[in-house]
Amino acid sequence: MAVDTALLAEAALRGPAQRRAWRRSPSLLAGGAVLLLLVVVGVVAPLVLSGRAETLTGDANLAPGAGNWLGTDPFGRDILARALVATRLTLLMAAGATALSFVAGVALGAGALLAPPRVRQVLLRVFDAAVAFPSLVLALVVAAVLGAGAGSAVVAIGLAGIPGFARLTYNLAQGVATRDFVTTAHLLGVPGPRVLTRHVLPNVSGPLLVLLTSSFALSLLEISSLSFVGLGVQSPQYDWGRLLNEALPSIYTAPWLVLAPSLMLVLAGAGAMLAGDGVARLVDPRQVHGAPAAAPAPAARRPPDAVVLGEDDDAADDAVLVVDGLVVEAGGRRLVDDVSFRVRPGEVVGLVGESGSGKSTIAMAVAGLLADGLVADARTLRLRDLDLLGRPPARRLATELGIVFQDPSATFNPALRLGSQLTEVLRVHLRRPRAVARDAVVAALTEIKVTEPRRRLHQHPHELSGGMLQRASIAAALTTGPALLVADEPTTALDVTVQAEVLRQLRRLQREHGTAVLFISHDIGVVGALCDTVLVLRDGRVIDRTTGAALRAGEANHPWTAALLAARPGTRQDRATA
Amino acid sequence: MTTATAGAAPAPAAPGNGHARAGRGSVLDLPWVRFAVRRAGGLVLALALLVTVTFLIVPLLPGDPARAIAGSAATPQAVATIRADLGLDRPLPQRFVEYVGGLARGDLGTSFRYRVPVADVVATRLPYTVQLAVPAIVLVLALAVPLGMAVGVLTRGGRRRRLDVAFGVVAGAVAAVPPYVLGTLLVVTLAIGLKLFPPGGAQTPASLVLPILALSLGPACAVARVVRAETSSVLEQEFLRTARARRLPAGRLYLRHALPNLLTSVLTLTGLVLTSLLGGTVVIENVFSYPGLGTEIVQAIVSKDYPVIQGIILCVGVLALLVNLLVDVVLGLVDPRTLTGGHHGG
Repeated sequence: MAVDTALLAEAALRGPAQRRAWRRSPSLLAGGAVLLLLVVVGVVAPLVLSGRAETLTGDANLAPGAGNWLGTDPFGRDILARALVATRLTLLMAAGATALSFVAGVALGAGALLAPPRVRQVLLRVFDAAVAFPSLVLALVVAAVLGAGAGSAVVAIGLAGIPGFARLTYNLAQGVATRDFVTTAHLLGVPGPRVLTRHVLPNVSGPLLVLLTSSFALSLLEISSLSFVGLGVQSPQYDWGRLLNEALPSIYTAPWLVLAPSLMLVLAGAGAMLAGDGVARLVDPRQVHGAPAAAPAPAARRPPDAVVLGEDDDAADDAVLVVDGLVVEAGGRRLVDDVSFRVRPGEVVGLVGESGSGKSTIAMAVAGLLADGLVADARTLRLRDLDLLGRPPARRLATELGIVFQDPSATFNPALRLGSQLTEVLRVHLRRPRAVARDAVVAALTEIKVTEPRRRLHQHPHELSGGMLQRASIAAALTTGPALLVADEPTTALDVTVQAEVLRQLRRLQREHGTAVLFISHDIGVVGALCDTVLVLRDGRVIDRTTGAALRAGEANHPWTAALLAARPGTRQDRATA
Repeated sequence: MTTATAGAAPAPAAPGNGHARAGRGSVLDLPWVRFAVRRAGGLVLALALLVTVTFLIVPLLPGDPARAIAGSAATPQAVATIRADLGLDRPLPQRFVEYVGGLARGDLGTSFRYRVPVADVVATRLPYTVQLAVPAIVLVLALAVPLGMAVGVLTRGGRRRRLDVAFGVVAGAVAAVPPYVLGTLLVVTLAIGLKLFPPGGAQTPASLVLPILALSLGPACAVARVVRAETSSVLEQEFLRTARARRLPAGRLYLRHALPNLLTSVLTLTGLVLTSLLGGTVVIENVFSYPGLGTEIVQAIVSKDYPVIQGIILCVGVLALLVNLLVDVVLGLVDPRTLTGGHHGG
């Protein structure tokens, strides 16, 4: 349950509730219905069933049967009736404990926010330390002080729940407190406590309500567990835990006695779980199971055959990459429509266009890394003699096709050292011993002017700058001597000055190694500076084919290309080739 | 007791570990030093809190503690003896100093009921509880991580919707059943109904099976749900596309690249699960009349044997701290970013 609570709270922190999600959350409805049913039982059962539940009769220890569905106890009382009647006391105690945790916890959490920094630090440390202990053990401390009994069980579980509420309240409120409208209120001279009650607390009420729901269920189960071990409700009172406790001694002779209270506890637990799931989905739409995700995409229709190939057919045979009639569809929507081009050895081909023009989709289709739900087809899609539409051998694909992705801070695995990531293809696919692979990468890093290359291998990605990481990924991609390097917006996420340096290194290595490059960018200036051949894309189609030289000269024979050129900030062009 | 002695080691031992991984002469073991310092601070505070709370149990007793302990039928002389025993005739600060001093010497006081040192009582009972808790913890992780990852991988990108729903319902339902209810139901079905396992006690290794299952199944399902959710989100990360671009075999892709990234958040939550599992042990032992700390503390509370209560709460509290520390050390090993940041669990 602790996990669920934490998950719910975390989910609740992620985003505001979306009203439409109500309809998409059957589990919330089901869980809510179960909990509502329990409340109704708690209200009605003691009025109707008290007689059956509490009158001693001669029908002792009856197995479940027609007259008493779940059997009778050693005193001839109907055990189902007892379990139903016990609902009221169980729910009331859980409500009491939750109310105590909630009120005191919110007050403490809010108090910590308003307290002077030093007091706040102490309070937070204490919350943290308290949360580290099992709440049941804290409850046992209280039970030890107050002695066994219903009241002390409520206080015990209530007190044990305070640290959780206090910390969540503080974390939530602190998040809101740094937002603009709160700062504004502060600047306007609204006093602290008023800011808290008027501006902060209302904004964290959603997640707190989530915690309240799950904490109620948790309190219920924990109070029942105290009663179960004999420290909670005492005879003649009874809650579900007490009933289970009383059933235990006669578990051999009358095992059915555990059924009714177990069923009620499971029902309450499951109801709370369903409701909790539902609420979590409500506040975090990403968790919704019925989310659109991948509709099984129909196979993309091949474009009509026999259309003109790339511009120079005679070069077809020595082309490194041949893309002919590439189509990419997502659930019937066409993202890339009949795109054809080829990349010759040593050539840098640029794909340029706005976001959404399909340029990255083309790159990922070539690399075989399309996202789920995207389906590619083509008349021809091959890397040298590798049919990329088939299932090319992993080793050849990994070594002959190098890829550099856009955002270096996201494309490196944060949990692994750079060395293991950069040498992985060499080790896994080329079976190079670890030391050999490291030497190769160190050489490549040195070549691309990464400082202290050996030390970098021991570092984690977060210890390097973006420019450094991007150069490292270019270097690593080139260690296998790939036939083609696909660079998908390799500099977009970098600072302008860093961009220029990365591009300069990319261009230099490309020339020295003679690697063919498919370069994707939205920046027509960068593409013009770097590429030999340039394809201008719009809405998934190639609308213009030109050359880097023409772009550098500011020439455009297609109006859209001209528009892109004109939209460049200033006339100063980044001469990455210099 | 091995846990306790081994547990004291991780913090100082940890830098050595990081050193070995980072390579000789590297400055990278610095994060582990910072981690040890930060963690030691937290540990001292938590211990202080724990000791204070257990100490306060007796002074906080309503009315006259000596009278409450002795019972209403006791002679004034018996009450006076207990008062002297507990040191109730001395001022509170002095008693606190004496209490802490006693703890430092390993003196937890003397049990009212058994008339033996509490340390002995705890030492007899602790191994039984450790025997339950450690396998249960291992089982939780051994079940939850592979199961959750498998489901996460199989249902990635909206695949196999039915498996997804079935897993959600079954795991959710099992996770929602409290351990003591699950334990009771297991006893009724497997022990009494099918006679597969002994229904209680701790005579044979077989008698450990049901308590361990009862303790771990619920948390395992709860953690599996978290692992599944985290797997789905990690599989959508860009660095996993980078790993796919290296055309790695599936095993390497998921175990080497996805798993360490799941572990960060999963372990953070697992710390919470495991401490609550310790609480569950206390209750579950009572289902199986298992002679561990849990049955002992319940009896001690009922019979107002306060030194034993204090001793066991201290002991379980220290266990919880050790579990948390262990989780943090493992976290630091799989994801060194957690070493330096002010990473808060939960």
